[in-house]
Amino acid sequence: MIRRDFLKNSALASGAFLIPSFLKPFEAMANSELTGYKNLVIIQLSGGNDGLNTIIPYGNDIYYQKRATIAIKQPEIIKLNDMQGLNPNLSALKEIYDQGWMGVINSVGYPNPDRSHFRSMDIWQTGSDANQFLTTGWIGRYLDSNCTVNKDPYTAIEVDDTLSLAMKGTKMKGIAVQNPGKLYQSTREPFFKELVHEHDNANLNEDNLGYLYKTMIETYSSANYIQQTSKTYNTTAVYPNTPFAGQLKSVAKFINSGLKTRVYYVSLSGFDTHTTQQNQQGRQLKIYGDAVAAFVKDLKQANKLDDTLVMTFSEFGRRVEQNASNGTDHGTANNVMLFGGKLKKSGIYNNAPNLSTLDNGDLKYEIDFRDVYATLLDKWLNVNNSLVLNKNFAGLDFV
Amino acid sequence: MIDNSKKIRHLYSRAGFGLRFEDLRMAEHSTVKQAVEQLFKSSEEIKPLDIIAGNIDYKTFLSKGNDMTKKMFFQEQRQQEKGLNVYWVKQMSDTNAQLREKMTLFWHNHFACRTQNAWYAQQLNNIHRTNAIGNFKTMLLEVAKAPAMLQFLNNQQNQKNHPNENFARELMELFTIGRGNYTEQEVKESARAFTGWGFNQQGMFVTRPNLHDTGQKTFLGQTGNFGGEEIIDMLLAKKETAKFISTKLYKYLVNETPDPAHVNAMADVLYNSKYDITPLLKFVFTSDWFYDLKNTGNMIKAPVEFIVSMNRQFYVQYQNPDIMMQFERTLGQVLFYPPNVAGWPGGKNWIDSSSLMYRIKIPSTVLNGGVIDFTGKADPEDEAFITNTLKSKQAVATQVQTQPDWDKFLGEIPAHTSKTTIAQVILSPALNSSVMDVVNRSTDIKTMVIELVSTPEYQLS
Repeated sequence: MIRRDFLKNSALASGAFLIPSFLKPFEAMANSELTGYKNLVIIQLSGGNDGLNTIIPYGNDIYYQKRATIAIKQPEIIKLNDMQGLNPNLSALKEIYDQGWMGVINSVGYPNPDRSHFRSMDIWQTGSDANQFLTTGWIGRYLDSNCTVNKDPYTAIEVDDTLSLAMKGTKMKGIAVQNPGKLYQSTREPFFKELVHEHDNANLNEDNLGYLYKTMIETYSSANYIQQTSKTYNTTAVYPNTPFAGQLKSVAKFINSGLKTRVYYVSLSGFDTHTTQQNQQGRQLKIYGDAVAAFVKDLKQANKLDDTLVMTFSEFGRRVEQNASNGTDHGTANNVMLFGGKLKKSGIYNNAPNLSTLDNGDLKYEIDFRDVYATLLDKWLNVNNSLVLNKNFAGLDFV
Repeated sequence: MIDNSKKIRHLYSRAGFGLRFEDLRMAEHSTVKQAVEQLFKSSEEIKPLDIIAGNIDYKTFLSKGNDMTKKMFFQEQRQQEKGLNVYWVKQMSDTNAQLREKMTLFWHNHFACRTQNAWYAQQLNNIHRTNAIGNFKTMLLEVAKAPAMLQFLNNQQNQKNHPNENFARELMELFTIGRGNYTEQEVKESARAFTGWGFNQQGMFVTRPNLHDTGQKTFLGQTGNFGGEEIIDMLLAKKETAKFISTKLYKYLVNETPDPAHVNAMADVLYNSKYDITPLLKFVFTSDWFYDLKNTGNMIKAPVEFIVSMNRQFYVQYQNPDIMMQFERTLGQVLFYPPNVAGWPGGKNWIDSSSLMYRIKIPSTVLNGGVIDFTGKADPEDEAFITNTLKSKQAVATQVQTQPDWDKFLGEIPAHTSKTTIAQVILSPALNSSVMDVVNRSTDIKTMVIELVSTPEYQLS
């Protein structure tokens, strides 16, 4: 049989042929198994979002005293309770909040906070202590802990060109997909295809060469799976015309088409507001709020909102007192926003941030961010959090 | 390829950034020992980076400036960072002192540091380069006094009434003896010894005696009014430090999995030479075990090694050097931006679906307008793909604006060199059947070479 015929006769369309069976034991999963397939969407706000001007503690006078020129005026605030309210640029989220699909956890942080962007982001992405350097991310370790089931890179998808540390484990890594069509195209370069199909099985040892080939084969098959599955779903929902909304639209398309992905990761940057904060942060919050509202509604109409949980974080909040340039400098604890159809406790989860007892001008954290992660791991992704976080966290009660 | 040439190939891929055919012509008639000497001789020259002309003191700049000048300042700062980055990659790509640059890259990772001040970054990088194959103690002392490090690990804020332990902790954990060989109390005591070490507005090291704690400190079993230099002496007197450095070097030069016997032998050499680095490197490069099959063709190139090895091998010139920084970013290693003070983790950590796809795609982008001319039998569905990529070739070439010197590359290949030998020079791992397929079906050298550099095998050194 010449090669061309052989290719035709094998399962070319699935892209799974010639892949040793030990790599693909659970290739096909029946559609019925997909209902109730819970997924987590992580949204990273990069640069250190000012949580106090996002979910505003308007009921506390100290807020207005410390932020003479950048505080949001009371009439503009969309009140959530008699203490806290939304930045007006998040007005699209009010409807979501009222439906019970949004939650806010105040004062999330960690001991001995680091005010450097990259270090604090590292800590949030790896789930480490402040004085510990981990080379794997918390989602990556989730993949590792569950790798007999979640053995494909598409178990965790980052909608981006490159993969964040959060998504890298020791054995398993997620996959970065900005555009499934493009990824599919690039893996179909004839030479690349040939490498995937004609490699020597001996190349698949546990050494580095085997790892490279294994990654290549998985990329090839994941690109195919993601493209073929997601293209079956035609998005009708309307999204704002921003790149970030486009990314969430891709995530919704993936979820609504029934992709067997447990974790999605999306980032929005531009929150490092040292100067003239109001316009800059307002613009970013509007991009964020409008996109998330469209996303939640899209999932709702597709009956997927109950299976989805969205968590938004930023590497740190900002100092309570504004600086001299109408901005804010790097701070510590911050709020975490949650969205989903199955929040056990929606609305504001805990007390508003304490603005009177500060640590050197910064908020004291009240909830360790790893308790948030632990909740997601234990109650949503169904894996014991100590396997991922290296020690056990009690977790919270929002799902 | 004869055995000796294979050894020299391996030597160049680990002690440098890969073997060129011109190197092979020179080296193939030498013994390993002579080739090692030659590498050291070429690296005698020290060419410091000098693209950043001076220090912009941003504190005074910012305190005076309005928002507009601030914006200009940050733009200038970014421009400098980019300039410095690209300048170093070019130096690695063009230099004859490749061992020195390769070791500079090692120390850049060992003393991982970030600063937004490009002048300080350049200064620290030059400390690493000057001492790259010199003496570790000299380098460590200079690093400890460099503004970039004083700032990064907060020793600038380390003063007797408010000690900051950051530098003292990383000095032990990451720079010298490693975890498990010191106590928390020793972190505290040694931090006191470094109180007052800082830098002034001109970027010069100062001791600031009024901030220095002159009390008694107990450290590694000794008590006295120690200063920073003495702490460093005591750390280096511990054999564990020689072992820690040797382990890290072994993982950089030999194998990701350390062999205890080899590492111990290395530590002996380093310790006995009072931390001179050259004897240690010569010991490694002339040891038989360095050339063992299990230590060849098995290490994943760091992104910068990958880029530099390609630049060197094909004499690539960049009309738009920023593209190199884009490569660094997509592959996950931006020079001067290590992920944290522990440096880049390396090995399999470099590889995920997207970074591997980029690695496989980048060589053809740089060398051939993004096209891997396909010499296999194309499927009908491939034909459309091939037609389309050929159309886009010009567009890609315009975008990346690279100029490989194919004439030089092909001209350096000795006449009558077999295709298999060429493949052996390009790829580090032993040629397996899929690589041999590429070699056997190819009809011209250039196409074959582009295919070979677009393989997983090319990711290894």
